[in-house]
Amino acid sequence: MSTRPLFSFFGGVHPPMHKDVSTGQPIDVMPLAERYILPLHQNIGQPAKPVVSVGERVLKGQRIGHAEGYVSVALHAPTSGTIADIGAYPVPHPSGLSDNCIVMTADGADEWTECVALPDYENINPSHLRNIVREAGIVGLGGAGFPSFIKLNPGTHKKIDTLIMNGIECEPYITCDDMLMRERAAEIVAGIRIIRHALQANRVLIAIEDNKPQAIKSIEEAIRGESAMEVVACPTRYPQGSEKQLVEALTGKEIPSEALPLHVGIVVHNVGTAAAVYRAIMLGEPLTSRIITVTGGGVAQPRNVEARIGTVIEDILAHCGGPTAETRKLIMGGPMMGFALHSDRAPVVKTTNCLLAATAEEIPDRGPALPCIRCGACSDACPARLLPQQLFWYAQAKDLDKIQEYNLFDCIECGCCAYVCPSNIPLVHYYRFAKTEIWAREREKEKAELARQRFDFRQTRLEREKAERAARHKKKRDELHSEEPSAAPATETKKAAILAAMERAKKKKDAPRITPANTEALTPQQQQMIEEVEQRRRQSRPNPEQQSAASNGDK
Amino acid sequence: MEPLRKTLSIHTSPHIASGADVARIMRHVIYALLPVCGFAIYAFGWAALLTLVVAVVVCWLSEVLFCRLLRKPATLADGSVTITGILFALTLPPGLPLWMTVVGAFAAVGLGKFLFGGLAANVFNPALVGRAFLQAAFPGAMTTWSPVLAADRFSQIPSSLLAAPFMQPNYDTVSSASPLALLKFEHTPTPLGDLFLGTTAGSLGETSSLIILLGGAYLIARGMMSWRIPAGILVAVAVVGGISYVADSERFGSPLFMLFSGGLMLGAMFMATDPVSSPVTHRGCFVYGLLIGLVVVVIRNWGGLAEGVMYAILFANAVSPHIDNWLQPLPFGRKPGHGRERGS
Repeated sequence: MSTRPLFSFFGGVHPPMHKDVSTGQPIDVMPLAERYILPLHQNIGQPAKPVVSVGERVLKGQRIGHAEGYVSVALHAPTSGTIADIGAYPVPHPSGLSDNCIVMTADGADEWTECVALPDYENINPSHLRNIVREAGIVGLGGAGFPSFIKLNPGTHKKIDTLIMNGIECEPYITCDDMLMRERAAEIVAGIRIIRHALQANRVLIAIEDNKPQAIKSIEEAIRGESAMEVVACPTRYPQGSEKQLVEALTGKEIPSEALPLHVGIVVHNVGTAAAVYRAIMLGEPLTSRIITVTGGGVAQPRNVEARIGTVIEDILAHCGGPTAETRKLIMGGPMMGFALHSDRAPVVKTTNCLLAATAEEIPDRGPALPCIRCGACSDACPARLLPQQLFWYAQAKDLDKIQEYNLFDCIECGCCAYVCPSNIPLVHYYRFAKTEIWAREREKEKAELARQRFDFRQTRLEREKAERAARHKKKRDELHSEEPSAAPATETKKAAILAAMERAKKKKDAPRITPANTEALTPQQQQMIEEVEQRRRQSRPNPEQQSAASNGDK
Repeated sequence: MEPLRKTLSIHTSPHIASGADVARIMRHVIYALLPVCGFAIYAFGWAALLTLVVAVVVCWLSEVLFCRLLRKPATLADGSVTITGILFALTLPPGLPLWMTVVGAFAAVGLGKFLFGGLAANVFNPALVGRAFLQAAFPGAMTTWSPVLAADRFSQIPSSLLAAPFMQPNYDTVSSASPLALLKFEHTPTPLGDLFLGTTAGSLGETSSLIILLGGAYLIARGMMSWRIPAGILVAVAVVGGISYVADSERFGSPLFMLFSGGLMLGAMFMATDPVSSPVTHRGCFVYGLLIGLVVVVIRNWGGLAEGVMYAILFANAVSPHIDNWLQPLPFGRKPGHGRERGS
């Protein structure tokens, strides 16, 4: 274990951890289910685009969704079977709304598609490695779901000094990383080697909170002989697993508010992601399953399961002996930052690290909020060093300018403030509300600005046209006035003018209406092609005279 | 499992809480105040007990009345009004007619608390608003001090206490002067030992610095009070008082005298630290304390009054939002050297 002097970070809380609820049994591989629901949007960034059609048979690991745009990753079939439907199904989201999903019916064969392993990754171009990770559908498995391949890119301007592997897992109840480190340390370390190679990082710090002694021991054994890797046991404190807080706790570096760890030469990956990278590169297997902690008093056998992405929550709870009649809350993620699910019909996704089925005694409903007594406990707990009570005040008053002066957008929504609040105020909820209000206002502003620009442009155009028209009329009038003396043969001149106009119109009709842009130096073949095209065009327009007359009439 | 979907309750994160609650904090403040009340009763007898009981009961009744009138949920149970009542009583002179106590307690809750909107909306410390009201209305009665540890304090109720409303109170005994008045108007310092233990004349709860300090230490140890505010006050009083003492030791009290006399300890530990009317930022708390200490010394040394703690705290209450605004801590990642530029 490391003897390195540890730094610290500001604020934080020490909630009861309840980790041993789910660490009693080894990781349990979920049996094959009949049906899988795969939301197309499982990562930060753009959703994948389906590349299969309903009724098609797919193999396990076959790509069924294509990465659309840069910040996006592919999606794969978790088993072999047929595509039953593509459409809106319930997804795990705080809103409880449905979203686009691919629904699969398993055929029971669980037949793999062809996997291309690259054990010789050290001789492969890092950009190719990144592409494989992207095509393997790997996102950060710690919870945020940021496409991992982007964080395998060291960029051109900076040398990566430190790769931090995040095995902190500071949220209560969650033990999926803990169990993974205990049981599959070799896979994690193999994945770390690949990530380190891709980033060309000098050293690797594997950060694990000191409430996971078995995981620390297991990883230390797995890195024996690795001179550049080091396990750092960090004193347990929530939210140490938050990227910027972790970087500060390990290196003392405070990452500027709007920058990334990359800008100080640091990259942070989750340990689970490392295991997924190992599978993608060394075995050629895309991300089709993950470890999920199923815990709380609402399940009879709490434990960690390895579940395929897309498994319906109902199936997982049933597998773990739940939900019991006392289950009152179903939370995806931990109790500090997870969100309450509206139903157990939604599937688990790549970012699902925990399913917490809680009873009313475990997680009681929050009592009614009292007025803020300005005790300041929230500002002492805030790891972003904000003044939560002031933010609350301005959120309540909907003073959206003032709340930004108090740096609302530095809030990481970790929930420490609401956790310590003696007045039971749902502070984080107020901040989310204020953030969405501000986003809505910005959008409105942009829209209004666009409309204003359009209006201004139209006004100028109308004025210009009016001026032009006036000038034309004046010119005409002047011309007519100059012809005033010969007023007698007016009808003659008019007739002549009409004739001349008809002549002009006829000429225009005969002349080609569109002047092709690329008409010089044409080869004879091209010339001929053009002729043919013109021929067809004339045929398709049976009465060109009428058309051109109608269009000339406007001029 | 259809029933599950129907019984799930939806809340936003965080789903758990530390269990801290306002009533519990208030309860501990009351615990810390009990020894101070005990000593007041020991030192001033029936007068102290009656004043305390009357003040607290009138505060309760006013709270219930105002909650009814304003159609607000009853907030009696959170304990904050009990603290207001106790603190208000502890700032009163022992022989104060009870009808004045009634008026002051009503003003404390009415003017100090509900005028601003009830619990946690007040700008000023309600107990001090009540006291300031009495000070303005009855300056004579508010500066008449009964002697401490009088022999008959448990055998009879002082007649001044039971004076009819709006009548001149009749004081039985020769009134004594508070240590601050003695120094200011008669240039007689009081021994420090008496000040520390509380065997001097003065308001009910302000005399014994020792017991007040113990109560404050209890709250700080439980993490229920900002230590920065009392620290700021004591430092400022010691430093500014020290400088003025060095400049003119004939006229001004020594820094230790300043610290242990009058309402300073009670104010520093229990009044200035009222979270509602004090700053929340760490630096702000300290600056707020320094400001109170400075104003206290200025009033005591150069003002017309012998004591200045009450006005110093009320003044600092008024500026505390500005102090917070001015001394906002820099959020994570916004240190000045950082700039706001993005790397790539």
